[in-house]
Amino acid sequence: MSLKHLLSTADLSYADALAILDTAEEMDAVSQREVKKLPTLRGRTVVNLFYEDSTRTRVSFEAAAKRLSADVVNFSAKGSSVSKGESLKDTVQTLGAMGADAIVIRHSASGAAAQLAASDWTEAAVVNAGDGTHEHPTQALLDALTLRRGWSAAHGSNPRGADLTGMKVLIVGDILHSRVARSNIWLLNTLGAQVSLVAPATLLPVGIDSWPVTVYYSLDEALAAAPDAVMMLRIQAERMGGAYFPNSAEYTRRWGLTDERLAVVEQLRLGNTDSQVLILHPGPMNRGVEISAAAADSALSRITEQVSHGVSVRMAVLHLLLTGAKA
Amino acid sequence: MTSYLITGAQPYGEDATDLLLRDGMILAVGAEAVQRSAEQTDLTTLDGEGLIVLPGMVDLHTHLREPGREDAETVETGTRAAALGGFTAVHAMANSSPVADTAGVVEQVHRLGLQAGWSEVYPVGAVTVGLKGEKLAELGAMAESSAQVRMFSDDGHCVADPQLMRRALEYVKSIDGFVAQHAQDPSLTAWGTANAAQMNEGEVSAVLGLPGWPAVAEEAIIARDVLLAQHVGARLHICHVSTAGSVEIIRWAKERGISVTAEVTPHHLLLTDELVRSYDPVYKVNPPLRTQKDVEALRAGLADGTIDVIGTDHAPHPTQDKECEWVQAAMGMTGLETALSVVQHAMVDTGLIGWRRFAEVTSQRPAQIYGHAHQGRPIAAGEPANLILVDPTAVREVRPDAHASKGRNSPFRGLQLPGQVRATFLSGHPVVLDGALATPISSQAGLPGRTGDSRP
Repeated sequence: MSLKHLLSTADLSYADALAILDTAEEMDAVSQREVKKLPTLRGRTVVNLFYEDSTRTRVSFEAAAKRLSADVVNFSAKGSSVSKGESLKDTVQTLGAMGADAIVIRHSASGAAAQLAASDWTEAAVVNAGDGTHEHPTQALLDALTLRRGWSAAHGSNPRGADLTGMKVLIVGDILHSRVARSNIWLLNTLGAQVSLVAPATLLPVGIDSWPVTVYYSLDEALAAAPDAVMMLRIQAERMGGAYFPNSAEYTRRWGLTDERLAVVEQLRLGNTDSQVLILHPGPMNRGVEISAAAADSALSRITEQVSHGVSVRMAVLHLLLTGAKA
Repeated sequence: MTSYLITGAQPYGEDATDLLLRDGMILAVGAEAVQRSAEQTDLTTLDGEGLIVLPGMVDLHTHLREPGREDAETVETGTRAAALGGFTAVHAMANSSPVADTAGVVEQVHRLGLQAGWSEVYPVGAVTVGLKGEKLAELGAMAESSAQVRMFSDDGHCVADPQLMRRALEYVKSIDGFVAQHAQDPSLTAWGTANAAQMNEGEVSAVLGLPGWPAVAEEAIIARDVLLAQHVGARLHICHVSTAGSVEIIRWAKERGISVTAEVTPHHLLLTDELVRSYDPVYKVNPPLRTQKDVEALRAGLADGTIDVIGTDHAPHPTQDKECEWVQAAMGMTGLETALSVVQHAMVDTGLIGWRRFAEVTSQRPAQIYGHAHQGRPIAAGEPANLILVDPTAVREVRPDAHASKGRNSPFRGLQLPGQVRATFLSGHPVVLDGALATPISSQAGLPGRTGDSRP
């Protein structure tokens, strides 16, 4: 793989994206074994540097690193005290001095991972585990892995080496503040999928006209275009105060995956196959707000698979970055 | 006192001539300069061949940081940078600590400028107490102080309350002053919140996931303020105009005869928000870097007279305030030592303006706007000798580490830019010679402070 860091899916080439997904398939096979461990990163140190609380992402990276036999150091620094406490530079130099081979960074500031990678503060490989409202590339990769599996299964083909050409993916919700959406849009586009977005105009960024997407304001219209997968985004509580939309009830009525809309989605088919379409959510969910309980728990939902694919994708990323291996 | 004969230099880049400087004045020009140089008992001759003579530049927008942030800049270091950059007068913005909102603070800054002796320093008074935008500061006391403040600005903050802005515009009429507005609607930029605007809102901010600073937040304030200025018959100056829409509004206001003047920074004439893709906080500034379309409109506005002056918005910051996450980084860029080169590169070498217009926008107009009688004057016998000699053919790499300013936060780092200030004459005294600092004017024997401070 040509990458030294994983910062953004916007600068991930088609070949690198496929290499990660194919390696993740290998890693997934390991995860199905009784002994879920590979020796490839023995003696290497992976630091999880988390400036934002995110138990699920940290645990996923931790599990991934441990399955590759790396030593894992978890360093958590609450975002609110950062400005008064030690600078990012000093923290990173400290971790570098301790011999970190990879730094997995989650930060509330957009661009923090890119700054780290561009600096001379550390020699470590930098993995962006979510930076502000910018990107969350491993989430997009695990979503792509999930989508590719569903697409291949429906078509009775092997997912390895395949891309998402022809697949229509609808992303629903707070695009403006979503790093998950940004990473997905660039990656899915690279892999050949057709991406549509639906949200109230207040939650779509100014400047979206140049993005390779189709934009809808109405979820019902977007569903009428028959997507192959529906990705629901979490709606943050702080957006509900009336600044971006009137209240959560109106949001649910217009943009929520309600039971009524689930019935519509259940009628859709994956491409020209007989299989049903996929429902994804990066979690954590607000049940009853952006997604109904029935939709979250339906047979169409791939939400728990997304979690297990997360470990596989992160294993693949750490393995490829730290061993420089070709997939 | 030493007399200086400058031979073969080109005023405004036009025909070469000789200039004789003495007692703070241009004593003679042309053949008479050589003739009368024979009478001088203490004469230094400078070879001006290939150099352009321009009136000393006047910056209406400088942050000298003193008092309070001497770690970022002092009046001494900031005016050294000014002299090297070709500025014979700078106007120190009020956002020091304490804020320059009383006679005491503006007198202190003024005195520090006199003591330094590298460039004239005129403190700008705050419009409102503590820059808080709530009630008027003692504008009259600052005007009557020894600093004789005429320019008032809350720069860094917008005077957002429309009624307060109206009163400020009216009040300064009675003290022959003017208000310089930092045009930024605080609500549209979520100012003072955790979600405060970080960069120009547009295609780049959409991708980078940084809260956007929409052009309309600037344009709406300018539109409001030109109408207020018209209504109360006051003078208004707009700081650091950054958008194409603002240029259009100001053009419209001038056509209607509204008494508005406008400033653009060198960085807004050259750089765009594409640079923010690096997330390098050296590109973080307020107002933010805009798009290429805005850059082109600003250049056109400066060329056609819609925009009156170059203001550097020189804003030095200590390294740690830029070596951090983008959202936490301080806003601002240094500019005094690169202004001439950037404007030459963006405006002169592109053929948009000549050196005559350069002299207008960097010297004559800013001096007129403030009301300086001795700055921004023609290059002619009998005029004050606030002059610079510029080598327009020099090309140098910008190296912030070599700057006299304490700030290392130059967005032009590493660029090869044309033009070098070879000499700066402040009231006939060379504070810069051979492109390097010489001696300040205050060290001249028999001079208690600066001469040539003939402002009414």
